[in-house]
Amino acid sequence: MLTNLHSIPQTEFDVELIRADFPILQQRPYGKPLVYLDNAATTQKPHCVIETITQYYQTTNSNVHRGVHFLSEKATDAYEHAREIVRRFIGAQQIEEIVFTRGTTESINLVASSWGAANLQPGDEILLTVFEHHSNIVPWQLIAERTGARLQVAPLEEDGTFDIERLLERITERTRLVAVAHVSNVLGIVLPIEPIVERAHAVGAVVLVDGAQAVAHLAVNVAQLDCDFYAFSGHKIYGPTGIGVLYGKRALLESMPPYQGGGDMIRRVTFERTTYNDLPYKFEAGTPPIAEAIGLARALEYVSTIGLNTIAAWEEQLVSRCVELLGQIDDVRLLGPKQGRTGVVSFVVDGVHPHDIATFLDRQGIALRAGHHCAQPLMDFFGVPASARFSVAMYNTLEEIEYAISALDECLNFLR
Amino acid sequence: MQLSEELRNLYQEVILDHHRSPRNYGKIDHPTHYAEGYNPLCGDHIVLTLQVDSDGRIANARFESKGCAISRASASLMTEEIIGKRIDEVHTLFQRFHEAVTTDTDPSSLQRELGKLIVLLGVRDFPTRVKCATLPWHTLEQALNGGGTATTE
Repeated sequence: MLTNLHSIPQTEFDVELIRADFPILQQRPYGKPLVYLDNAATTQKPHCVIETITQYYQTTNSNVHRGVHFLSEKATDAYEHAREIVRRFIGAQQIEEIVFTRGTTESINLVASSWGAANLQPGDEILLTVFEHHSNIVPWQLIAERTGARLQVAPLEEDGTFDIERLLERITERTRLVAVAHVSNVLGIVLPIEPIVERAHAVGAVVLVDGAQAVAHLAVNVAQLDCDFYAFSGHKIYGPTGIGVLYGKRALLESMPPYQGGGDMIRRVTFERTTYNDLPYKFEAGTPPIAEAIGLARALEYVSTIGLNTIAAWEEQLVSRCVELLGQIDDVRLLGPKQGRTGVVSFVVDGVHPHDIATFLDRQGIALRAGHHCAQPLMDFFGVPASARFSVAMYNTLEEIEYAISALDECLNFLR
Repeated sequence: MQLSEELRNLYQEVILDHHRSPRNYGKIDHPTHYAEGYNPLCGDHIVLTLQVDSDGRIANARFESKGCAISRASASLMTEEIIGKRIDEVHTLFQRFHEAVTTDTDPSSLQRELGKLIVLLGVRDFPTRVKCATLPWHTLEQALNGGGTATTE
């Protein structure tokens, strides 16, 4: 039975009501209103998430899956309920398919270490795209070194657009795994996952989707995508840091060796032999981030109440306005396509370094990111050392976008 | 939009001028010393070539860089300051400069030793930008200590 939290009916979207839910937005850095446009790095937390975590520590805190006492049962129930919320949020079929991790990075490392070590052979290929985040490159390089597998990279077109055919044609009988970002953290491109999965499955390869930049911006349903693994972080979807999710198809997870050893992931330990616990606990060694998992679940409920389709429609307006206004400034070069981008707007300016832009805008109360965005191969592709990036969340306003771009315009007039 | 005093102090006219028209920009064909500097955080990259005389005096210095206004202006100002100085003087100058940008010593007491470099003291109010100002100097130290790649990490 597929129940998906995205189907909850939505009320009309009012950004001012949303903003009131986020206490940090009241901050006034350097005496100016905070304009937080670094949401692809991390999102701010609504009051309900902060309150849920506080309440957990005040009323429930205990270790999970251990004691028979009152608090331990209460904490275990809350933790497992959080898993159920996650399951529904991404449309997974079974609770056993939801593994809690520290974040997207750990989720990917788990698959690389466990699935990779058990399945990759010399000559096997791992297919990535040129715009992957370092966290979806380096774990595969590490396992490739250990197993003799090779990395293949799907390129971008010269104009920075992505042609899915260039990726599909690189899926061959040698491909064992395709690991791709659902949404690029620099370009904002949304990758069509279904055709990738279809082609990969046809050659017996598995597909891992890095959903770090996707889950807060579009409705994700892993059963529909039919991907084998899906990874995301709590803190990029209004939840706490230190919690992430790995979705994996049950049969695959069953077949994989444990990632880390320790408490909670075992059934019986002797010095001769250890038998492992059932899914998903086999992959959750040690005391998990309990409060964080519960906080994440609260964040997912919050997002679902507003509705991802509503959020996506609002953010689309913000991003379009941003792209439109940037286009009116001389010598601004957008990285990636003008249309069809989700969440992020990255750009470079002739003669002005992104760090100078970020410092200048910071003093106007505007937070944006400058640097390589953990995507150095992509920066190399564009021939730039770094770029500047505005990234939006549901609480941003059109006025904030306009204020930020006018500050950018002044900054460029001053520095050039 | 009102520019804060800190911002105006960071991006002084002298710095913007050196950023827009860097001095001693380029490469020496047959340098006696060479090093690259790299700041992995922001991707700033600098290539420094030196011509050092047999008596240990820096006869010429040239740099090329991809980087922010602060690192480029700092490199440009640095080359102007070090040309004609002995290596031991340059080491001392680096120590003074490093101290000046990372502590809150009264600038007026540093004016005589630092000369034009004093304009870079605005980075004090921007802790994340101190490395931009010191990258050229770390690269210089690297070049004088046998070459290779210097990083600010």
